[in-house]
Amino acid sequence: MSTTEESTAPVQAPTVPPAPNRLKDIARQLLGTPRVIVGLALLVLLAAFAFAGPLLTAWDVGGRDFSAMLEGPSPEHWMGTNRTGQDIFTQATAGLQKSLLIGLLVAVISTGVAAAVGAFAGYFGGVTDKGLMWIADLALVLPNFVILAILSRHFVGQGGWLILVILLAAFSWMVTSKMVRGLTISLREREYIHAARFMGVPSYRIILRHILPNMSSLLIADATIMVSAAIIGETALSYFGLGVQSPDISLGMVIAEGSSFATTAPWVFAFPTALLVVMVLAVNMVGDGLRDVLDPYSKSRRS
Amino acid sequence: MSTDTVAATASAHTENTADAPVLEVTDLAVTFPGLNGNPDVHAVRGVSYTVRRGEVLGIVGESGSGKSVSSMASMGLLPEHARITGSVRLHGEEILGLDDRAMARKRGRVISMVFQDPLSGLTPVYTVGDQLAEAVLIHDPKTSKAGARARAVELLDLVGIPNAQHRYRSFPHEFSGGMRQRVMIAMAMANRPDVIICDEPTTALDVTIQAQILDLLRTARRETGAAIVMITHDLGVVAGFVDRVLVMYAGRPVETGGVDDIYYRSRMPYTMGLLGAVPRMDLEHQGALVPIKGTPPSLSDLPPGCPFAPRCPIARPECDMAEPELLAIGSQPSEEEIRARGTEAGAARTDGGDTGTQRVACIRSGEIADRGWTAQDIYPVPEIPESSFSDVPREDRPEMLRVTDLIKHHPLMKGAVLKRRVGTVYAVDGIDFDSREGETLALVGESGCGKSSTLMEIMGLEKPQRGSVSVMGRDTAGLGRADRFRLRRDMQIVFQDPMSSLDPRMTVFDIIAEPLRTHGTATADTTRRVYELIDLVGLNTEHATRFPAEFSGGQRQRIGIARALALEPKLLVLDEPVSALDVSIQAGVVNLLQELQARLGLAYLFVAHDLSVVRHIADRVAVMYLGRIVEIGDTASVYARPAHPYTQALLSAIPLPDPERERARTHIVLDGDLPSPADPPSGCSFRTRCQKFITLSEPDREQCMSVEPRVTATSGGDQAAACHFAER
Repeated sequence: MSTTEESTAPVQAPTVPPAPNRLKDIARQLLGTPRVIVGLALLVLLAAFAFAGPLLTAWDVGGRDFSAMLEGPSPEHWMGTNRTGQDIFTQATAGLQKSLLIGLLVAVISTGVAAAVGAFAGYFGGVTDKGLMWIADLALVLPNFVILAILSRHFVGQGGWLILVILLAAFSWMVTSKMVRGLTISLREREYIHAARFMGVPSYRIILRHILPNMSSLLIADATIMVSAAIIGETALSYFGLGVQSPDISLGMVIAEGSSFATTAPWVFAFPTALLVVMVLAVNMVGDGLRDVLDPYSKSRRS
Repeated sequence: MSTDTVAATASAHTENTADAPVLEVTDLAVTFPGLNGNPDVHAVRGVSYTVRRGEVLGIVGESGSGKSVSSMASMGLLPEHARITGSVRLHGEEILGLDDRAMARKRGRVISMVFQDPLSGLTPVYTVGDQLAEAVLIHDPKTSKAGARARAVELLDLVGIPNAQHRYRSFPHEFSGGMRQRVMIAMAMANRPDVIICDEPTTALDVTIQAQILDLLRTARRETGAAIVMITHDLGVVAGFVDRVLVMYAGRPVETGGVDDIYYRSRMPYTMGLLGAVPRMDLEHQGALVPIKGTPPSLSDLPPGCPFAPRCPIARPECDMAEPELLAIGSQPSEEEIRARGTEAGAARTDGGDTGTQRVACIRSGEIADRGWTAQDIYPVPEIPESSFSDVPREDRPEMLRVTDLIKHHPLMKGAVLKRRVGTVYAVDGIDFDSREGETLALVGESGCGKSSTLMEIMGLEKPQRGSVSVMGRDTAGLGRADRFRLRRDMQIVFQDPMSSLDPRMTVFDIIAEPLRTHGTATADTTRRVYELIDLVGLNTEHATRFPAEFSGGQRQRIGIARALALEPKLLVLDEPVSALDVSIQAGVVNLLQELQARLGLAYLFVAHDLSVVRHIADRVAVMYLGRIVEIGDTASVYARPAHPYTQALLSAIPLPDPERERARTHIVLDGDLPSPADPPSGCSFRTRCQKFITLSEPDREQCMSVEPRVTATSGGDQAAACHFAER
């Protein structure tokens, strides 16, 4: 075969090269980025730590050591104890279990809902747009803290935290969905979207294949921020005794409890906070790496 | 026009400075240091030229050749971090390296500039007149406010803004693109500068407006006697306007000389290729265009030798050894000398300024001159196979597309809560045409004439607001969802902008595979077909895994064409497929389209504003104006005997890349701008700008104003025009 410009090109070999696989490609690149490896490793370590931690110490999650109240780190209490004599290490690692799950799940659900609602509203416009945005506006103006407080009372007990995840997610997707909607409206007029439409690609596929990938930077950034926001939101609820209920414990509760001793007895505050920081950092590293791999314009990809 | 005062002072100006160059640029080089460990970008590498009073120098080059950067450097407008060396003398005074304050005193008064984009050149929050008056005041603080205002009105009048006194108080957004460019030119002329640098002043404008602006620049030169440096990529624009031409490539001038020398006796393969790549409107049978293969080199990583050598069809090994200097024809060192000097001998830049004779930076220029080679001799011109349809009469071929009385009106709404209709934009207002198998129908017209709206209506395959669209004999009004999906297989589209028509997040493979996957092709077949298509449009197999951002404009357009061809459509809709590309790249894509049509028997619906490309590629042409077709017919007769005054004006407005013919031509310059499609004139919509309307008698005018002309056959053949007084 010859073409106008490259008529001298060698005749193509009869064997057809295999189709490139984008998913495999992304996975390979992700694993080739040190940041992602470190982030993923940190997350795995944290998870392992969260589940193994409470078993390593001699202390129970709720147990008190009345002989050591508000004591600094010692061989008995690796990270010290709090005001009521609870072991900080045990408390923080056990709290990490729930917080990891809450943070990651809320982030994924809330960003997912935001992306779906925003993209559909922006892409279809008209009645769909009006309806979905009306719901978003409604969710924005409702006093979500009060509703969370009332509803979470109802679901105390086993699996209560799962309801909490859903509630937290249900009240955190609105602002992002509005941003997604705006971006979708501008992307909708791009020629490649027209091209896909004229090819006969169904609308939901256009949204999934063309619109959402092109705002992946925003979505990833939103999800990473949401991880810490969810943990802090849960903390706020816990502070009023509304979030995770005992005997369950969350990192937020431990931090909230220790925050008043931050200057006088820093260990109460430092260790759980450090866990939170490491966790958010790890999520950020993975998110960053993912964004770079997905973004064909990013520098690190082409270096 | 009240130009007398200006003319008088300008001519007085002219006399005292006789023949000394006004602007002298010597060995100018601009380097942008690379950030974050990136290599430096050598944007300009040794440009020298001089311009005298009243002289027009054209700087021609493709995008990225350094033409704009070199002029920005002479204006002192480059960012701080740019490293500029060489010398720029204005009236013998060195201005390179002057501080910003001293430079500001020169800018506007001695040297001024007209920018490409008239939309961003004016401040939106001040009135046009105040901005002009400010330009006057700043260099002449002694002028009274009233004096400056009077001068501003005078200038507005001079550049042809109707009702200048009144328009003084208009804001920039109330002006059209062409009018804003006029204001920019007025501003550049305001203080009667000695040099005006025009950086692609007409690129963003329509042809009829371009003709107005070129006319205006001629006036500006006459009125101010200024030297003009005209920067452009369009070889047609400069042909009839400039005295001398400087051709730039990869930051260096590669050929310079008088305009006739360059156009008729070019001795540099690059210039020859550029001229050969331009589709010509004035030639009956041009044959295939001359494509220059490859793309310009990266300015941060230049080859050691001639930068054009990798794309040059007659390159010798010696070309890669050292960069050739810009020397008179025949005085280039011989190949033996170059070999003896080796690579380290780097070009000793000895040229002592602009001598005015033709000079070429090619070691084979002497040889080219001796043998009298032309572009066709040195470039391999592709063979375009004859279409198998050419001998079947048009009427006997199956119909691919028929549009009857199609309209597309957008309502103009007002009010936030209770929306009410305050008007209608008549985007497409009753058009009829048809297209047959293996045929190219071109829709041409200026921006805002409804070409793209028509395409969107056709591609949408929905029931139109009025009239009907039928594709391959099937009326779109009666299509079900499944039928519509099946019909999409047979019609595909290629878009204008190669930047936005490909999803940046998808690999080339996925982009081309998308239509196949959508229409349920098996995976193995998809893979095979994608590689077949990649090969068909002249890309390489290893390109499949890359992203669109890694390709040049021409390559991206090829990817877009491959995607459109994936489902083997019978009708390909092309929405200005080459207008965003450089001339040399454009030629390759045009040739590819023609080859594909001949090979695959495609029907094209080709939308363009460039009438030269249309002449080259189309079998039939339909000229649109304000949502209507004003003339339709086979290309040869429409171009030879345009019947409608608008077609005549359009054809006449296009500059030819042929200096002698261009100077001999008289252009029909239309007045004013395209009327708003929300409020078209009564009767014939073109009458407000029509050059014929003015010459008509009173009752005839009455007819134009009250009766809307219908498209009627003019010369018995295929040609038809919508004019009461069409040429027959």
